Amino acid sequence: MLEFKNVTKRYSSQGRPAVNSLNLKIEKGEFVCFIGPSGCGKTTTMKMVNRLIDISEGQILINGKDIMKQNPVELRRSIGYVIQQIGLMPHMTIKENIVLVGTLLKWSKEEKDARAKELIKLVDLPEDYLDKYPHELSGGQQQRIGVLRALAANPPLILMDEPFGALDPITRDSLQDEFKKLQRELGKTIVFVTHDMDEALKLADRIVIMRDGEIVQADTPEEILRNPANEFVEEFLGKERLIQGRPDVVTVGQITGGSPVTIEPQATLKTALATMKDKKVDALLVIDSNRKLQGYIDIEMVNLNYKKATTVEKVMETDLFAVTEDSLLRDTVHKILRRGAKFVPVVDEENRLTGIVTRAALANLLYDTIWGDGMELEDEKPKLRAL
Amino acid sequence: MTEFFAAHGSDLIYKTGEHLYISLAAILLGIIVAVPLGIALSRVPKFADRFISLVGVLQTIPSLAILAFFIPFLGVGKLPAIIALFFYSLLPILRNTYVGVRDVDKGIVEAGKGMGMNTWQSIIKMEFPLALPVIMAGIRLSTVYLIGWATLAAFIGGGGLGDFIFDGLNLYRPDLILAGTIPATILAVIADRLLAVLETKMTPKGLRESYKTAA
Repeated sequence: MLEFKNVTKRYSSQGRPAVNSLNLKIEKGEFVCFIGPSGCGKTTTMKMVNRLIDISEGQILINGKDIMKQNPVELRRSIGYVIQQIGLMPHMTIKENIVLVGTLLKWSKEEKDARAKELIKLVDLPEDYLDKYPHELSGGQQQRIGVLRALAANPPLILMDEPFGALDPITRDSLQDEFKKLQRELGKTIVFVTHDMDEALKLADRIVIMRDGEIVQADTPEEILRNPANEFVEEFLGKERLIQGRPDVVTVGQITGGSPVTIEPQATLKTALATMKDKKVDALLVIDSNRKLQGYIDIEMVNLNYKKATTVEKVMETDLFAVTEDSLLRDTVHKILRRGAKFVPVVDEENRLTGIVTRAALANLLYDTIWGDGMELEDEKPKLRAL
Repeated sequence: MTEFFAAHGSDLIYKTGEHLYISLAAILLGIIVAVPLGIALSRVPKFADRFISLVGVLQTIPSLAILAFFIPFLGVGKLPAIIALFFYSLLPILRNTYVGVRDVDKGIVEAGKGMGMNTWQSIIKMEFPLALPVIMAGIRLSTVYLIGWATLAAFIGGGGLGDFIFDGLNLYRPDLILAGTIPATILAVIADRLLAVLETKMTPKGLRESYKTAA
């Protein structure tokens, strides 16, 4: 798909090159994150792909074709591009922004309208947003539009320059989730520049760590956490992440507790109470006959509504946060802690309940991680025991 | 008052028209030259700053001197007056166009380029519309100045409301001086109002929140 062959960028004839003889092959559908300290050449490398920066030596091939032999303007129209500053045109409506490349490619009005409507559905924004102007949208919404704009002409390759860097942590987190899902569905090849290791670990199929214009290590997140190439990578990852290395690669599926206690929405509160007593739990997951997750109910809700309501359906809390089996445990833990949840239900793609992650399961895992095989963590023990 | 209008009424209307013609012709020439030049300068920022300070020096030459300076080349009449005033209209429009285009958000310009806009599309679709409010402010400023300065056209036989003022000065007739000054002031105020409205109208819709026309 995308291949760098001895790519070098020099800004002046003398002095150190910004990118030095870089070799890399990126497969179709791969999500590659370039990461490194500022000035390491990651952004330069990315911008050479769509010729915003010219190559000094070497070649970049897209599907076997040398980009230097293509017209730069046409080349850029065939590659998606998302930047940190979002860069929506403030004088154009959201629709005009989304189909900007279409306008440049001289699409008909009908084509553009249809494409804009199709795209805005991907990010769950209502259609009437198409007629708004960028300043009427929040930062997170604006960057969603920025991503859609890059998708408009359906380019197989998308370049992203710290696209979520300017957003607040919570918005960033949800946009990352959303984007990763979108990328899997659409099968795009992504070159993503970031300085945020958590972001890279979360999104990338492969992480390319750069320093001084050279690749230090290019590998899957798991491999990088397990076998950092050298001290620089270790330092860059940080001790904390290396210790967390194990849960990083464990997926939710691996620790999911088998069968959570459930109840049907039509059941009465009395039945719910009996079930709780019977199974010695204080909350029940509500599922319908197809095992689809509807919500949950806990002892307090039963208590409060015992006299007023009759069925579980009327009392249950439907705003429930669930994860899928292949989500990384690392992110799941993060979410459990942040939301203060006692448990997280695990569902499949169709929202059918398959299991549950409880705090107890996490405690078990923590125990294994620390006492299982962590002799080098000797001095951490007393602290944790005190907890 | 009525007496004055009976004697000079038609003359006043004619001179006002002449005055307007001279100033508008000069400002139009100024727009035609300075806007494209300003956009062109924004492509070469290093050269632009020096060039604009040079134009700034030209601006400091007293206007009477400029008018006198053109007599050997262009003689007297409306044309040299228009050309001299045109030089004065250049700087505000040029500087505002240059600054307006230069200060368009770099992120937006880079996004446009990365999307595959060529230089021409970048100017027409992004940089010019985004700089338009600033450019319009320059045009407005220039127009108001020029309507005032156009009274000097009378000095080299260009006509306009300046004729009244010069006649008034020569004949010690304050009423004639006022007859030249008041309409010129009114013209300037009306032009300023009209251009303020135009400025708001021409500000792209999505920008109106962030960019308010100075009243």
